[in-house]
Amino acid sequence: MTPYRISAITAASAMGVGMNATQAALRTRRGGLRPCDLPDMPDGIWIGRVPDAEPIDLPAPLANFACRNTRLAELALRQDGFVAAVAAAKSRHGAARIAVVLGTSTSGIEETERAWARRDADGVLPTYDFARTHDLHSLPRFLRARLGLAGPCVSISTACTSGARSFLDAVALIEAGFADAAVVGGADTLCRLTLHGFGSLELLARGPTRPCAEDRDGISIGEAAAFALIERAGPADTGRIGLLGAGASSDGHHMSSPHPDGLGAVAAMRAALDSAGLAPGAIDYVNMHGTGTRANDAMEDRAIARIFGDTVPCSSTKGWTGHTLGASGALEAAIAAICVENGLVPGCLGVEHVDPGFGAGIVVANHAAQVDVVLSNSFGFGGSNCALVIGRIP
Amino acid sequence: MTVSAGIAGIGLLGPGLAGWTASLPVLAGLASFEPMPVAPPVPALLPATERRRTGPSVRLALAVATEAVQASGLPPGDLDTVFASSNGEGQVIVSILDALHAPGGAISPTQFHNSVHNAAAGYWGIAAGSARPSVSLGGHDCVFATGLMQAVAQVVTRNAPILFVAHDVPLPPPLAALRPGEGLFAVALVLVPGAGSSGVLDLAYIAEGVGGEPPLTPAFDTVRLGNPAARALPLLVALATRRSSALRFSLPGDAGLDVRVTP
Repeated sequence: MTPYRISAITAASAMGVGMNATQAALRTRRGGLRPCDLPDMPDGIWIGRVPDAEPIDLPAPLANFACRNTRLAELALRQDGFVAAVAAAKSRHGAARIAVVLGTSTSGIEETERAWARRDADGVLPTYDFARTHDLHSLPRFLRARLGLAGPCVSISTACTSGARSFLDAVALIEAGFADAAVVGGADTLCRLTLHGFGSLELLARGPTRPCAEDRDGISIGEAAAFALIERAGPADTGRIGLLGAGASSDGHHMSSPHPDGLGAVAAMRAALDSAGLAPGAIDYVNMHGTGTRANDAMEDRAIARIFGDTVPCSSTKGWTGHTLGASGALEAAIAAICVENGLVPGCLGVEHVDPGFGAGIVVANHAAQVDVVLSNSFGFGGSNCALVIGRIP
Repeated sequence: MTVSAGIAGIGLLGPGLAGWTASLPVLAGLASFEPMPVAPPVPALLPATERRRTGPSVRLALAVATEAVQASGLPPGDLDTVFASSNGEGQVIVSILDALHAPGGAISPTQFHNSVHNAAAGYWGIAAGSARPSVSLGGHDCVFATGLMQAVAQVVTRNAPILFVAHDVPLPPPLAALRPGEGLFAVALVLVPGAGSSGVLDLAYIAEGVGGEPPLTPAFDTVRLGNPAARALPLLVALATRRSSALRFSLPGDAGLDVRVTP
C-alpha cells in the first residue's frame, strides 16, 4: 500500500493522558496499573483505570452519548491538538470526505450494567439511551458529530484487534474512493463483563501483568482511547510518521485459544511487511500483543522468532497500560509513534527473568536506538490477527 | 464517482424466506409471501463440540454464508470476509448480564468467548478452515449499507472476492424494550471484482440529504422494520426481479449509500 501520513495522534490510558504524558511514562518506566478499586470486580486483580475520564461532561448537544466509553473518548480528543488537526483536515478535504472508522469490543455496555442493577421487580430496565451508549455504533457516531464530520461512519468490533483493524479498514475506504482521510483508532473501557469474563477463563494476573516473564500469570485489564488522523502521504511527508503497512489473518482454529504455533500471527505479520514492501530486517522494534498470558506470549514469541529470529528487539507495553482490548491496537500505534519520534525501545515492565523458552529478542530494559520502523501486533478472540507497520515515511 | 463489485453468490434466511433460490418467486412477486418464522439451522460444517456452542445469530450467519459461497463456486477458505450485525449474539450478552447480577453468579468461559461481536466470523473461520482476514462491523440500523460499503471497498482495494454477511437477531428481554425487533434475518453476498453472475453493484456515498429507505411492498416492509439486516430487501427484490434499479439506503446522520443494481 502507499504510505499514509499520521497527521495527528492522541491517546489516553492508565500510563498517561495525552502523548507527552504517555511518552514520559514510557521513558521513566512509570506504569499505570493499580489494585482494582472498582466495585463488583474479581478479587485481587490490578487494573489500568483512567480516573480523569470519569467526571468528563460531553459537549451539551451530545450529552445523550454520555457513557464511560464516550467520556474516555472525549478525554483523548481534548489532548494533543487533535480537534484542531481534524478541523484543518476538514478545510483541506471537506467534512464529507473524512471517514470515522473506530474499534471497540464492548462500547458503552457499562451503561447497561448500571441499568441492570436498577431493574424493577418485573425485571424491566430503567430508560437510557441504548443506541448512543451500549450500541457499537455509539463511538464512531459520537466522534463524527463531535468533530463535525460527514464522511462514512464505521464501527469495528473484532475483539482485541478492533483498534488495529480500524487503520486497515479505513485505508480500504480511502483507496476505494469513499473518503480522502479518516479518523481511526478505538476506545474500550472497564466493565464487569470483560473483567469477569477473563476471570472465568482464569486469565487474570494477581498483580500487575508481566508479559514475557518466566513466571507471568496473566492479563491486567485496562481502559484506553486512542485516535489518529490519517491521510495519503505526499512528497513533502518524507521523514514524518505514518502508517506504512497493515496486514490481517484469521486462525480458523479456536474461539479463545491462539493457534499454538502462531500460524495466524505469522501470516498477519508477513502480510503487514508485504503491504509495506519491507523485509523483516527493516523493522527496528516489535511492539508485541504481549497480554501476559502463558499461551499468548509463548505463541507470539514463536511467531516473531520464526520471522525475525532474535535479532529485532521486542516487548509488550501492556505492563504500563494493561490490556486495553479493542483500544489496544490504536494505543500501541500511538506508542509506536512515540518510539519512532524519540528513538526509544521500551523493555517489558516488571520482568526479572524472561521466559527461558523464548527465542525472540525480548527486551526488559529501555534503550535508546534509531527507530525508524515499528511492527505492532494485535490478536483477539475469534482467531482475529492484525499487524501494523508504523514508521518514518520513506 | 462510483465503486463497483459483481455478485457471484447469494444466501438468504428470513421470515418466509428460506434460502435465496427458494425465495426467488416470492421476492419477484410471483408467489405469495407468507412470513413464517425461521429457525437457524445447526451449522453442519462445524465439529460437534463447536456446533453445540453456537447461538442463533452465529447459526444464521453461517447458514447464509454457506449458501452464498456454494452458489459462487469459490473455495470458502479463499475468501476474505466482512460480517455485519447490529446486535451480535444478544442472548449471550443478556445471560452474562443476568449472571453478573445474580448472587454468586458465575459466567462460563464459553459464554464469554461467544459474547465477542466477531463470534460469527470466528466460527466461520473454523468451519471454512480459513486463514483469510476477516472484519466484523456494527452499525445499528444502518448495519447493512455500512457493511456493503466496507465490503465493496475491500473488493476494489484488494482486487479479490469477499464474503459479506449481514445478520441480526432481535435482542431478548429486557433489552428488547430499549431496542425492539421482530424476526431473524440474514443475507450473504459473495462479491467479486468486475462483473458477477448475479449482477453488478455500483456504489456511491452521499454525505447529506438522505432520509428513509427504498420502497417495498407492505409485507416486506414489515419484515424490514423488525430487523436492520432486512434493509437488504430492496436489493434482493431488484436482483430477484432482474430489474435495473437505483436504490438509496440511509447511513448515520442524514448520509446515504446509492446502490445501482444491474442484474
